[in-house]
Amino acid sequence: MSQALSAQLAALSNNLVYAAMAAYTVALLALAAQLAATRTVPGEAPRPVREPVSVSVGSSRRDGGSSPKVLDPAPALPAASSRAERLARIGRSVLVLATLLLAGGVVARGLAAGRTPWGNMYEFSITGALVAALAYLLLRRRYPLDAVGVWLVAVVLLTLGLAVTVLYVPVGPLLPALRSYWLVIHVFAAIVSAGVFTVAMVLSALQIVAERAERTGRPLRGYLATLPAAGRLDALAYRVTAFGFPVWSFAVVAGAIWAEVSWGRYWGWDPKEVWALVTWLVYAAYLHARTTAGWRGRRASVVALVGYATLLFNFFGVNLFFAGLHAYGGV
Amino acid sequence: MSRVLTQAPTPRVPPPVAPPPLGPVGMARWAWRQLTSMRVALLLLFLLALAAIPGSVVPQRDSDPLAVGELAASNPELARWYERLGLFDVYSAPWFAAIYLALFVSLVGCIVPRSRQHWRAVRARPPAAPRALERLPAHRRSTLDAPPSEVLAAAHAVLRRRRYRVVRDGADGPDGAGGAASLAAEKGHLRESGNLVFHLALVGVLAAVAVGSLFGYRAQVLVVQGGGFANTVIQYDSLRTGALFDPADLPPFTLRLQRFTMDFADSGAQVGTPLDYDAYVRWQPSPDAPTQQQHIRVNEPLSTAGTLVHLLNPGYAPRLTVRDADGDVLFSGAVPFLPQDANFTSTGVLKVPVAAQPGRADAGADIGTETGADIGIEGLFLPTAVLDAAGPRSVFPEPRDPALFLTAWTGDLGLDDGIPQSVYRLDTSRMTQLRADGDLFRAALGVGESAQLPGGHGSVTFDGYTRWANFQVSRNAGKEVALVSVLCAIAGLTASLFVRRRRCWVRVAAAPGGRSVVEVAGLDRDAGGDLGTEVEQIETQVRAALQGSRPRPEGAP
Ligand code: HEM
Repeated sequence: MSQALSAQLAALSNNLVYAAMAAYTVALLALAAQLAATRTVPGEAPRPVREPVSVSVGSSRRDGGSSPKVLDPAPALPAASSRAERLARIGRSVLVLATLLLAGGVVARGLAAGRTPWGNMYEFSITGALVAALAYLLLRRRYPLDAVGVWLVAVVLLTLGLAVTVLYVPVGPLLPALRSYWLVIHVFAAIVSAGVFTVAMVLSALQIVAERAERTGRPLRGYLATLPAAGRLDALAYRVTAFGFPVWSFAVVAGAIWAEVSWGRYWGWDPKEVWALVTWLVYAAYLHARTTAGWRGRRASVVALVGYATLLFNFFGVNLFFAGLHAYGGV
Repeated sequence: MSRVLTQAPTPRVPPPVAPPPLGPVGMARWAWRQLTSMRVALLLLFLLALAAIPGSVVPQRDSDPLAVGELAASNPELARWYERLGLFDVYSAPWFAAIYLALFVSLVGCIVPRSRQHWRAVRARPPAAPRALERLPAHRRSTLDAPPSEVLAAAHAVLRRRRYRVVRDGADGPDGAGGAASLAAEKGHLRESGNLVFHLALVGVLAAVAVGSLFGYRAQVLVVQGGGFANTVIQYDSLRTGALFDPADLPPFTLRLQRFTMDFADSGAQVGTPLDYDAYVRWQPSPDAPTQQQHIRVNEPLSTAGTLVHLLNPGYAPRLTVRDADGDVLFSGAVPFLPQDANFTSTGVLKVPVAAQPGRADAGADIGTETGADIGIEGLFLPTAVLDAAGPRSVFPEPRDPALFLTAWTGDLGLDDGIPQSVYRLDTSRMTQLRADGDLFRAALGVGESAQLPGGHGSVTFDGYTRWANFQVSRNAGKEVALVSVLCAIAGLTASLFVRRRRCWVRVAAAPGGRSVVEVAGLDRDAGGDLGTEVEQIETQVRAALQGSRPRPEGAP
């Protein structure tokens, strides 16, 4: 590809990412306003306290969020509800638009570089944000989750903000060490699971908030009243994590295979490998705690958050602070 | 659907911690039960995660011995403590091993009884229908236009097609004859099978890793372009082996580095980043095998007889000639220099011991003149040299304007002490640096230039440069077992997370007019199922099957 075309595509990619950030900001504001509209209805009956029971999620609930669902917040009064509904529609549409823009930005970046766009931290970040947003959109087709979406969009925006400011590097060639089809397999699996775990992290964090609110025994007001019940957040966080975990395992295994191809050993306790294992162990503990030791709710959520923290540390901490073979950060 | 009845999987609550019974047997049994309890397994999982962390913070002897040495030099007190706690070798430290071995004992203690249980469960009949099917979490009742025997047969077929194990439930009395007949069906044993496979496979991974650390080896050897090596222990620069490694197992290949090329981005935003390293080698699997040729690249090792040869880091090797004052050549050859930055600013040393100085060694020993001393040269090779306020350095990794900066020492190199020395460092404790005109002697040479060493120590010529590459020779014993185990683990894991355990019952009772009342009910044994849909679909399919076999006239009731 000609240099000029590559430069144009690179500029296009940057513009698309900025446009996506703008759109996410609009989506965030719309969703937040919608939640505010839902809850500031005069005379609205506060949502009754729910029992923090653990029940299965989503038996035969395939429809979107239009009719009152078990996951829906308390129905609002008609006047406000139509405004909230309008805001919600705007928020959701802009969210989809933003995600399309971001996808365009990632693709343009790959085209500009003439390779899969997973060669440095900037590229990991924008792709990871894209995966998180897509995972959320998929999840939202089944469960009405606008109260969760607000936070997810905030996380996506934060990631993109970090990416374009701190992590940005111009389009460049891959280091020889990265030139392998294992890059596609290993890094893609890692990014997908990281994106999925990001959604799970938001769910787990909100589970803790919801559970604390429910524990007080007082009727829920304000933002809290718009949140799904703690038991449902818990169940949903579990399902999302359970999806991410095998993918993460696969990413680690693919990394080990690549390491054997690239460095001649499949496991060498490189800091990156150590932290990948730590993350894996913590999430394994989470799944065990939930399914076999009977931990539900807050305790399990805390474990999941610790798992996510180790994941983040592996991405930021290890890339930036530790010397190791995985020195491909390219910040 | 009554949510209260939705069955969440019963948490396997760990038994309350009872005080240990007396006696060694009771004690052992108590300890075993503790170790194999889920709570302890969880604790061990966390502990292992925690224990792995220090090894990513403290430099590890196995992967970064240089950093360990540096830490020991700069902070001996801290290093002593690290040493005492095994923090330089976390992953082979006894306390680390204790944690994962305990975890695996716990794991095995968990797998064995569960396998037994699972074996029984798989072979057991699906449990009989509860009397009141309508109290199950999902339930449908309808009246069908077919006699009970046909409905039963259709339901049987439908359930089979949906991959249930189906049995006739005998508890309801005679088949269709006025009373009711039932089918009991169950599926999802794969979940537990997958889970067991997963856990078993983890044991496989551990075994493979153990085999690898016992029989594996890893060696490094630096080869200058044009040079080569034979795969024997003595030719390695460094070698790490497992406890049961046998040097006789080394495949007897020989390898020659014909040509080594490095390619760097010379324009664009990331100018200077490496694009490609390519080692073109000719090699023989064994001394009498035909010679083969191959390109070894970063992600493309050479593989022979279970051994891999990887290209690691490359560098430059300036070609130097050292002559004595009479012009006799004392040394001539390529000297590998170690790159210090991404632009290959490289440092290296050349040691010319007195023994290598023909006619001088004896004379020096006899007379004790200065010229009888060892010579040490410290150099800085710059492929694209600049010299400015920041000092001499290279600004591009390719040799666009190569230069060699050097200083020289004389005295005793210490080569006769019998202590292994680094070939990249001068031990200057018994040497003095050469001076010229009252200042330290320094020379800056372009290719082909020479410098006279002061004090009649002869001259150094910078003839040119070539490249070198570091190769790693390794065998990862047991890696096939590790790979198969780990793939089984992921497959088992996926089954154990996503297969649903489900029970389903169909009860058919005769209704007046050759019709039947059919009830379908289901029970999910894991959270998160879509049970309502399942039961609905079963019913619909039974109805469809009956219609297919018995077309009814239009408008029939
Ligand atoms: C290396 C250590 C271990 C790892 C990495 C590990 C990992 C896992 C994972 C990822 C699952 C699937 C998720 C789930 O369903 O919970 C699982 C399930 C399970 N593990 Fe482990 N495990 C380990 C050790 C143990 C030990 C020592 C025990 C017994 C004391 C155990 C008992 C179980 C049980 C009973 C399940 C089934 C959960 C269910 O069926 O719902 N695990 N394990």
